[in-house]
Amino acid sequence: MILQELKYNESHEWAKQEDDIVTIGISDYAQSEIQDIVYVELPEVGTELTQKTEFGVIESVKAAFDLYAPVSGEVIEVNESLLDAPEQVNESPYDDGWFLKIRMTDPSELDALLDADSYQAHIEAEHA
Amino acid sequence: MKRTPLYQVHKTLNAKFTEFGGWEMPLQYSSIVKEHLAVRTAVGLFDLSHMGEFEIHGQGANELVQKLSTNDVGRLTDGRVLYTLFCNEAGGIVDDLLIYRYADNHYMLVVNAANIEKDLAWVQTHNDTRTKVEDVSDETVLIALQGRKSIDVLNPFVPELDVSDISFFRFVVGEVAGISTVISRTGYTGEIGFELYVSAEDAEHLWNALYPAVMGAEGQPVGLGARDTLRLEAGLRLYGVDMNDDTNPYQVGLDKFVKSKNRQFIGKNALLREKKRGIARQMIGFQMLDRSVARTGYAVYQDGERIGEVTSGAPSPSLKCNIGFAIVTSQTITEDDKIEIEIRSRMHSAKIVTAPFI
Repeated sequence: MILQELKYNESHEWAKQEDDIVTIGISDYAQSEIQDIVYVELPEVGTELTQKTEFGVIESVKAAFDLYAPVSGEVIEVNESLLDAPEQVNESPYDDGWFLKIRMTDPSELDALLDADSYQAHIEAEHA
Repeated sequence: MKRTPLYQVHKTLNAKFTEFGGWEMPLQYSSIVKEHLAVRTAVGLFDLSHMGEFEIHGQGANELVQKLSTNDVGRLTDGRVLYTLFCNEAGGIVDDLLIYRYADNHYMLVVNAANIEKDLAWVQTHNDTRTKVEDVSDETVLIALQGRKSIDVLNPFVPELDVSDISFFRFVVGEVAGISTVISRTGYTGEIGFELYVSAEDAEHLWNALYPAVMGAEGQPVGLGARDTLRLEAGLRLYGVDMNDDTNPYQVGLDKFVKSKNRQFIGKNALLREKKRGIARQMIGFQMLDRSVARTGYAVYQDGERIGEVTSGAPSPSLKCNIGFAIVTSQTITEDDKIEIEIRSRMHSAKIVTAPFI
């Protein structure tokens, strides 16, 4: 499932914009590929993220996966409930399984992300 | 990449595939955790066709396998299975394997997929004209049934005997679902279970017979992902990850499979020397004290000093904590010692645990 109202990284993170605040998570496709998420390592509040650079890691039973920031900005909130219940990322990737809220420094960075249709095409190309 | 004769069956079951030892094998069908727990609580069905099988026939068969094995093949009687290692002259492990004794002049070796060519060459090099060594890997399919319900699942397909009468590490040749099968009470999961060797052309028939029975017993088809977590929890080493040609049996805690009294085998002298000198490295089991996961190759520290590295590490679906094996240089390390593992440039504490973990 791909939500129309979100923007996506090629590396499968989603970004949801509300004014200058952007919420970040991973797509339903990514969670279904990764499966069995047991641990999410996230930065602390106050950390500065840079677009397309690593900000955290997801551990599944099988392997570790790096997370890449869809936009640059300061972390203002972390989903602490993932510490005890990382399976929320599998169960609810667009809602309870969100990772971070960041205060975006450059809104034009959103233009570099994929919209829902381009992301769908990107997944299909990756799978082919 | 090689494909198993059951490839289409896995495709139909929507398996995700992975490369392992040159084979395209099912990694998982549903989820690794779900498949893992199905084996621990009920039963799992595995395609292990990638494993290699050699038939050893002839007058010199016993002498040949004895000469190559660290464990004493002389302890086998007909219908018994032995876990053993082959070592090179320096004591390094060529492979770990099972030896099946049909008769004094007939054995079957079951070796790791990635080592089939290396092992075949190794056995041939030490063979003489009296013995025939045949690689039957391509004609042989190995299907495993593992878990406490494996006896109940298997029994209805084996009219001529009660499979619970087959003791651990013994085998019989019988019929399963009308197919001639080597029924072996062995496995790599730490559970009660069976490994069934059949000819490749019968594999699909056997799988299709067992599959509904497994599902009816709340079981699952199980891929290599869960096979890895199952063997890790059970404290079982994996060749190519926990050991290789440069590690010897003592360094990975396989001492009890080295029987050097009153017998000769390749690598014996080097192993005796190593034992006399003091073992340079040892394998430890560990459990992470936080939620981080230590994986293959991560560095292990004690009191700020690097002492070794992780060989296998994963979340344990049964224990709900993260476990693994590491090879360390310390000879004195005990369960009271704390170690730290470097994960993405940060130190994470772990405690030392004696495997098996479950």
